[in-house]
Amino acid sequence: MTGTVEIRDVVKRFGKVEAVRDVSFSLPEGETVALVGHNGAGKTTLMKLMLGLIKPTSGSISVLGDDPVAGQFEARRRLGYLPENVSFNAALTGSETLAFYARLKREPAKSVAPLLDRVGLTHAAGRRVGTYSKGMRQRLGLAQALLGEPRVLLLDEPTTGLDPALRQSFYEIVEELRGRGATVLLSSHALTELEERAGRVIIMNRGIKVADGTLDELRRIARLPTRIRLKVTGTGLANVPNWLGPVDGWRRINGQMVEIDAAPDRKIEVLRRATDEGAPVEDLDVIPPTLDELYAHFLLTQEAAR
Amino acid sequence: MRNILIVARKEIQEGLRNRWVLATTLLLAGLALSLTFLGSAPTGTVGVRALDVVIVSLSSLTIFLVPLIALLISHDAIVGEMERGTMLLLLSYPVARWQVLLGKFVGHLSILAFATLLGYGAAAGALAVTGAEIDAQSWTAFGSMIGSSILLGAAFIAVGYLVSALVRERGTAGGIAIGIWLLFVLIYDMALLGLLVVDQGQTLSGGFLNALLLLNPADAYRLFNLTGSAGVSAFSGMAGVAQNATLNPSVLLAALAAWALVPLGLATLAFSRREL
Ligand SMILES: Nc1ncnc2c1ncn2[C@@H]1O[C@H](COP(=O)(O)OP(=O)(O)OP(=O)(O)O)[C@@H](O)[C@H]1O
Ligand SMILES: [Mg+2]
Repeated sequence: MTGTVEIRDVVKRFGKVEAVRDVSFSLPEGETVALVGHNGAGKTTLMKLMLGLIKPTSGSISVLGDDPVAGQFEARRRLGYLPENVSFNAALTGSETLAFYARLKREPAKSVAPLLDRVGLTHAAGRRVGTYSKGMRQRLGLAQALLGEPRVLLLDEPTTGLDPALRQSFYEIVEELRGRGATVLLSSHALTELEERAGRVIIMNRGIKVADGTLDELRRIARLPTRIRLKVTGTGLANVPNWLGPVDGWRRINGQMVEIDAAPDRKIEVLRRATDEGAPVEDLDVIPPTLDELYAHFLLTQEAAR
Repeated sequence: MRNILIVARKEIQEGLRNRWVLATTLLLAGLALSLTFLGSAPTGTVGVRALDVVIVSLSSLTIFLVPLIALLISHDAIVGEMERGTMLLLLSYPVARWQVLLGKFVGHLSILAFATLLGYGAAAGALAVTGAEIDAQSWTAFGSMIGSSILLGAAFIAVGYLVSALVRERGTAGGIAIGIWLLFVLIYDMALLGLLVVDQGQTLSGGFLNALLLLNPADAYRLFNLTGSAGVSAFSGMAGVAQNATLNPSVLLAALAAWALVPLGLATLAFSRREL
């Protein structure tokens, strides 16, 4: 099985700092992958390696069949990149800037206006980029990454600075490209945002890949408790263990609510009791572990293993 | 090739937009015009050799100004874009680093050439319009003065790139650029003069002196223009030097060209090894 991006045993050292340690993964076509990790975990470094902007200390990388540092441009033409702090020359206008990048990718000049429209910059197309707000620059950055129907999109913290409306349409654009078979790798600290969007998550910690899989797979591995919230009627609150049976972790959160941390194998049991005829339960919510919690869990277990 | 032109075009576009082109053209034209008319006023020599006088004064102007302008445009070219973060995005495109550098070179040199041609051309044009007689020989000397000025600019642009490719911070590049300008334009000649005075013609051979002159692009330029044409050297007070000079114009031009090509090559090398 070969993907559009193949990373094998890659190590990248900057002097004494080991930014990426022995990382391997493969990204297939038509998948959105989230790359998460704390500040300095090596996310940006991994993207730069895929772009051939820096050379790996050891290991091999292939992107669309090419070695990115070999100076082959065929792959780069089919690659879109949005750097984490995107910046442009202040003197040119938005459409001049995009036209420049389009020429470098050998895209026709007529592709510029529709792209600007897509990111909602048409009204500012004739203004100097120096006068743009941060969000507008980010939109322009997004527009250049989308030039020429990329097969691989590397987006480094793409939604920082975007307003909620564009955030929404940004994920729509990404989903559309993915649907047409593009590989999308996006790094972000906004984990809740990624939760519904990314088919797969790669968690990095200090340059090491600590977890890699779909959200469901990660939940299974982590065995984190599911939170169950019960709205209790009448006097039920006074004698919870009586009707719920012995549960490890439960607490009151207000005069009416009880929250239970149910381990994966106890989940169904707790739910059965709570929905039993005699149980004083009016309403319930089941909250699976969030990506935030999974992330924290994987970091902790890896730290403990060190 | 196409990538080089795309990058060059963008440099020129930027130069036009942020008024670099306008500013340098006006500066060169203004100074050239005032030198032309102030220079000929006191002597009253608006005669046959009027243009030769202009060549002498304009080439002195070039030695000060063109390296300064060239270094100002070029010292920021690489380190500046890296610091601003624009280089990261550019290099993720299907364009090689040497193409980026060469594209910038073509763009910056075009801006400088345009300003020189227009600025100095205005001075010669004004002289011709005011009725000064100018013969073909003077025109040739004038043409080669402009051509060599552009070549001098190319040399200092290349040196600026080399600095820009080597240093980590923009401020450092700016400081080094000013240092280089002071060294080649002022200090070098003073040191050379001091050396000659101390030596009293005892030990230093002519060949050694020639080598020292070729090692400074500004000196190569000066010798090329002030001794290159018989008419000009008569006015420049360099006639004596011209007779003794064993450096012929093509050697001087070759030295200037080497001063452009070698730093450009080194800058390309340094840039391609740099990590982002
Ligand atoms: N050019 C460089 N020189 C030296 N060290 C570097 C360089 N680039 C990155 N590093 C180091 O490599 C490590 C990983 O950095 P990287 O930028 O990949 O982190 P990141 O995961 O993108 O973090 P963030 O979430 O803050 O963007 C950090 O410790 C950083 O200091
Ligand atoms: Mg980063």
